[in-house]
This record gives sequence, C-alpha cells and structure tokens, in this order.
Amino acid sequence: MIRTALLVAAKDLRIELRSRVLLWQVVPFGVMALLLSGLALGPTHAGHSSAGPGLFYLVMLFVALLMINRSQSLESRPGTKASIATLGLDPAGIFLGKSLALALELWVTGVVLLAGAVLVLHTALAGALTALPSIAIGLAAMACAGTLYGALSTGGDGAATLLPVLALPAFAPLLIAGERSFSAALHGGALWEWWVILVVALVAYLAVGVLLYGVLEES
Amino acid sequence: MKTLTQRLLGPVTLVLLGLTFGFGLWVTPPDKVQGDLVRLLYVHPAIAWVALYVSFGTATVASALYLWRRTRSLVVDRIAYCAVEVSTVFIALTLITGSIWGRPTWGVWWAWDARLTSTAILGVLALGYLALRRANDDPSLRARRGAVFVILSAINVPIIHFSVLWWKTLHQGATVFTDNRTLKVHGTMAWTLLMSFLGFTLSFFWLLRARYRLEVATESRCAATLDDALAARRSEGAL
Repeated sequence: MIRTALLVAAKDLRIELRSRVLLWQVVPFGVMALLLSGLALGPTHAGHSSAGPGLFYLVMLFVALLMINRSQSLESRPGTKASIATLGLDPAGIFLGKSLALALELWVTGVVLLAGAVLVLHTALAGALTALPSIAIGLAAMACAGTLYGALSTGGDGAATLLPVLALPAFAPLLIAGERSFSAALHGGALWEWWVILVVALVAYLAVGVLLYGVLEES
Repeated sequence: MKTLTQRLLGPVTLVLLGLTFGFGLWVTPPDKVQGDLVRLLYVHPAIAWVALYVSFGTATVASALYLWRRTRSLVVDRIAYCAVEVSTVFIALTLITGSIWGRPTWGVWWAWDARLTSTAILGVLALGYLALRRANDDPSLRARRGAVFVILSAINVPIIHFSVLWWKTLHQGATVFTDNRTLKVHGTMAWTLLMSFLGFTLSFFWLLRARYRLEVATESRCAATLDDALAARRSEGAL
C-alpha cells in the first residue's frame, strides 16, 4: 500500500512539475482571490489582522477545489482506469498517494498565500508561523477529503459543478476549526480544541478513504 | 397485498399528528416563560429528531448495508435514496420551524449558532446527495457513490448532536431529559411531546414507504420505455 502510495504521489507530482499548472494558474488565482477578498471588505476591515485567518482559509478552499478537479482529471483520461485495473494497484494506496500529492501542492500554495496574508492583510508574522502546524493538518485533511469527493464527482454529468456542491459543506468544519486555531495563534486563546477537530477530521477522512476508495474505483 | 401494519400506518400517523396539533394548540397550558410560543416546541424537536436521527440514520444504515458485499442490493440503495429525500424535507422543516421560534425569542430569523449552522450544512449535504444521484446514469455507480457520500455526510450528525455541549450556543441543550435521565416536561405537555415524536416518526416511515413504491414504479416505467424503444427500433430494422 505504501509503495503504491509513493508511486502514485510521485506520478502526480511529476505531472505537476512538467505542466506547471500549480505555478501558472492555481497560485495566481489564489493571490488574486486574496486581493479581491481584501477589496470586498474595504481598506478599513481588510487592513485589520482579524480578517486574515478567515480570508486565508476561504481562499484556500477555492484553491483546493481547483486542485482537486485537476488531480481527478489526471485519473479520468481515456485508458487510465483500465491501466490501473490491469496493474492491480491497491486502491487504498492510490487514495493515499493522490492525497499526499494534493496535500504537498496545498502546502506549497498555503505558504505562498500565508505570505500574501502577512503582506496584504497585515497578519502578524509570528502568529502566522505559530499557526503553521495547524494549517498543515487542516490542509492535509482537506486533501484527503478532496480526493474522496473528487472521486465521487468525477465522470458524471457536470462533474466540475458537482464537486463544490459536494465538497464545500464537508469542508465547513475544517474552515471553522482552521480559522479558530489560526485566530488563537494570532490573538491568544484555547488552541487545543480546534486542533482536536482538525486531527479527528484528518484521521476520519484517512480511514474512510483507505476503506472506501476501492468501492468508488470498482467497475 | 397489504399487511395490517401497512394498512394502519397512514391512519395511525394521521391520528397521532392530529392529536399532537389538537393538544399542542388547545389542551396544553402556555409556558411560564415562553407563553404560547412553547406550542411550536411540540413539533420542532420531533421534526429535528426525524430529520437527523431517524431518516439520516436509516439512510446511513442502508448505505452501509449496500457497501457490505453480502447485503449489497438495489433495494437497500433505494431505501437510502428515499430516506435522504424525506430527510431533506424534514431538515428544511426543522430549519423553518426553528427560525419561526427564533425570531420572537432571539430577535433574529437566523443566528450563527453551532447547531443551526451544522444542521444547515447537513441540509446542503442532503441536496448534494440528490445532485450526485442525478449526475450518474449507471445504477451501480450511482448506488456506490451515493452510499459513500451518505457515510461521509453522516459524520456531521454527531457534530450536530454534541454542538450544544462542545460550543457556547444560543440553542438550548437537551429539551426532554435532564442530565440524570429524568423528565424535564410533565403532564399534558409530556404526553403531547410523546405523541409528537411518535407521530412524526411514523410519518417518516409512511412517507418512506410511499416514496419507495414511487421509485420502484419509476424504474419499472423507465425499463418498459426502454424495452418499447428497443422493440420499435428492431421493428424498423425488420422493415
């Protein structure tokens, strides 16, 4: 399973490195969304550091949707499913590999957007650095959930529009817990209860994915 | 041939709901604090009970049974689908009745409260499930994806249940029982509440049964239409 996961993750990351979709499309979209969110709030509120955590996570959600669509589109190319079936790869390994690749891509984008939040939204750098571990866990949970919801929505009628309908409500607890833990890192307050939610969500999505991804891939 | 239980399900449901409304509106006294507003609480908790636990619980169990190879069948898939559809209606009713109660009590139609928000999220998830069903034509694929989605969405139910304990919420905690499992409500108020819970629970099974029969009829109709179309095509070829 681990070997399959590493193979799939390496394959997805290699495609990403060659196509540079993350660099030329996803990251600029995220930066633009962050700037537009600031404009929507107005200079008084956008310049206030309390808006930073919420806007950061909201933009990350939209960025994640793009990346999930991208990740699933790699699997839905003609002949891919048949090739995977012929190779006899472990579905749990495929799930873990795709989640790992997606998590790495989200972490890279997250670091860029965090720097953007520090610059544009005046989020305190020390607080942002303190929040990094919780952001990493939240984005990892988002990657696992996204891989599952991506597999659920792929191939049907209107797959691209179906994904946000399925995934965004499920991301809501991650948004709330992530924003609260980030705010607690910035302004002080109880961190652990939000950490617990993020860790539980990560473990739950990992467990469900390992157990059920094979069902989604059955033909 | 209908069994006695099937024959009685509808009438018993209607009688219980009728008694609930009768007792709730005219027999029970107004509350010391809430006045007549308490009458809405004879329906809201029971509707929420059906929406979150009975119907979504039925859908979750049916989905789990579908995912287990030994019990995999289109019957349990249909039950899951119909239960989610009925659940969507009850979730909407939960939010509407809660909102009507919230306006005079809290001063707003909607509050950013953990229980309200998590219930609304479950409603959107239920709508997402219905969208997912419509996006796939292959019955087996549709059933598999639907079952996994329901299992994933069911994670939200314990969050809704414990939200009033985990976070500081406007929504009150346990309504019927105290922490020591003794009744908080007494007399006609307790009986009305009991009838309400029974009536709405039975109404779920009544609606589920009706929706299931409709689904079977729709599938048969679609299959018959396809057979007719194929026969017509063959006869064209024979000419």
